[in-house]
Amino acid sequence: MAEDLDELYQQVILDHCKTPRNFRALPGASRRGEGYNPLCGDNYTVFVAMDGDRVREATFQGSGCCISKASASLLTDAVKGRTKEEVKALFGQVHDIITTGRVTGDGLGKLAVFAGVHKFPARVKCAILAWHALVAAVDGAETPVTTE
Amino acid sequence: MSRTPDWAGLRGDFPILDQRVHGQPLIYFDNAASSQKPRAVIDALRHYYEHDNANVHRGIHELSNRATTAFEAGRERVARFLNAGSADEIVFTRGTTESINLVAAAWGGAHIKAGDRILLTEMEHHSNLVPWQMLAQRTGAELRFVPVTGDEGLLDLARLDELLTPQVKLFAFTHISNSLGTINPVAELCARARARGVTTLVDAAQSAGHMPVDVRALGCDFLAFSSHKICGPTGLGVLWGRPAALDAMPPYQGGGEMILSVDYQKSSYKQPPHRFEAGTPDISGVIALHTALDYLDAIGREAIFRHDQELAQYTYQRLAELPNVRLFGPATDRAGLVSFLLGDVHAHDVVTVADQRGVALRGGHHCNQPLMKRLGVASTARASFYFYNTRAEVDRFIEVVREIQKFFAV
Ligand SMILES: Cc1ncc(COP(=O)(O)O)c(C=O)c1O
Repeated sequence: MAEDLDELYQQVILDHCKTPRNFRALPGASRRGEGYNPLCGDNYTVFVAMDGDRVREATFQGSGCCISKASASLLTDAVKGRTKEEVKALFGQVHDIITTGRVTGDGLGKLAVFAGVHKFPARVKCAILAWHALVAAVDGAETPVTTE
Repeated sequence: MSRTPDWAGLRGDFPILDQRVHGQPLIYFDNAASSQKPRAVIDALRHYYEHDNANVHRGIHELSNRATTAFEAGRERVARFLNAGSADEIVFTRGTTESINLVAAAWGGAHIKAGDRILLTEMEHHSNLVPWQMLAQRTGAELRFVPVTGDEGLLDLARLDELLTPQVKLFAFTHISNSLGTINPVAELCARARARGVTTLVDAAQSAGHMPVDVRALGCDFLAFSSHKICGPTGLGVLWGRPAALDAMPPYQGGGEMILSVDYQKSSYKQPPHRFEAGTPDISGVIALHTALDYLDAIGREAIFRHDQELAQYTYQRLAELPNVRLFGPATDRAGLVSFLLGDVHAHDVVTVADQRGVALRGGHHCNQPLMKRLGVASTARASFYFYNTRAEVDRFIEVVREIQKFFAV
């Protein structure tokens, strides 16, 4: 397979898309965010339970392509224990790496696997979808978000 | 007719096919979305702008005369292409979508009222669904649907007579399904509708230019297709209408070209087809479409149909031999396209990997969202063919599919 493809579909991404983590509804969730890309059909709900200003638990449900699903799965792992401000700062870094491939700041951890996405402009919206849903959830927004 | 076209030679007429994509020879399998253009069509556009460009029906100078003559010759050519009775039955639009919207607005506005029914099928493209939804909302009419049988994608025609109730005023359906490859029995459907006084509209976006389409043999009242899917330029489409149906229709848009005389308070309108063509039309597009139709008919639409069907049949069989492949549409008698899914791999992941191998596929809902829901899938991947595609390309595509299966472990 071409090198670019291996960068896009890193082993971690293939693993999280095959076996997504935190892939369930969250009964005690205080917030939820919807992400829907009508052209692709990618559709996710991100659930968050907050402890005051801090994310205690995050889960997701829905369906879509490998990139969007792996992104949602990794996201729910990454935001646990972070404050609302920290989640937004992380979102900024994730946005940078997905759209430019550049690492800004530290703390991306496993999320650095999305560095290959920017070479596939049509797939940027897949990688970022669940993040928009997460930010909407944390902000308590009512309307579904889209990245198309 | 019986002579075999020189397919390899014809392929050489398409400059765009001779290129590499991501370092691999381009295999263009997205013809149902839009076809490529032969050099003759590109040259026709260029020739028009370099020699004859002027507005039509307005000037009395030489260039305007030339442009008008060539534009109207294009209309004559489309009439012959469809075996229509006369060029007056040919309305130029922006595409299939606008042709259907024109009928929904002009014919529908005059003939559809609250309580009437519009019969569609479950396999319609959004462009043969949403305009009718809008008309139904405006008028209080209702939509009904001929069901699709399942993955094999046939219309459940046993249900047709019970659906053709006296309230039904229009039956609009596609000739070929763009996501299933099903070829619907248009003549039979039109005959059954006509027997009950129901007006018919055929969406020929996937059939015109891919098989012989004869409006008199089909027996429909309206038929729509797009230039860009059959070697012509983008932004141009055709609406054919039975003369009596066109005559009884009020205008669609107002403006120049469609009027006889205009006062400040009111105007009178031209006869069809000009009544439905407000404003400066796509002159260069019509002239180039003329060239495209000459090109297609020199090959022969029967021959094109057989060629594309053979490729689709071969592709279907090769895919069916692989494990974990879900195929959509009929197993035999299909049009030149194949929709499929590989295990639980999302169509966009299939298309992304194929693209890196130089193979252009389409992945998504194909503007058939309700049908996808009905089949219980979010999307499918689709390979669609035209006469310049080859068996060797299909063989390469199958290799790529096997790589994709390995990559995603399905
Ligand atoms: C069956 C069918 N109907 C209608 C259309 C719409 O054609 P256009 O976008 O050219 O108006 C398409 C094109 O995708 C089609 O496949």
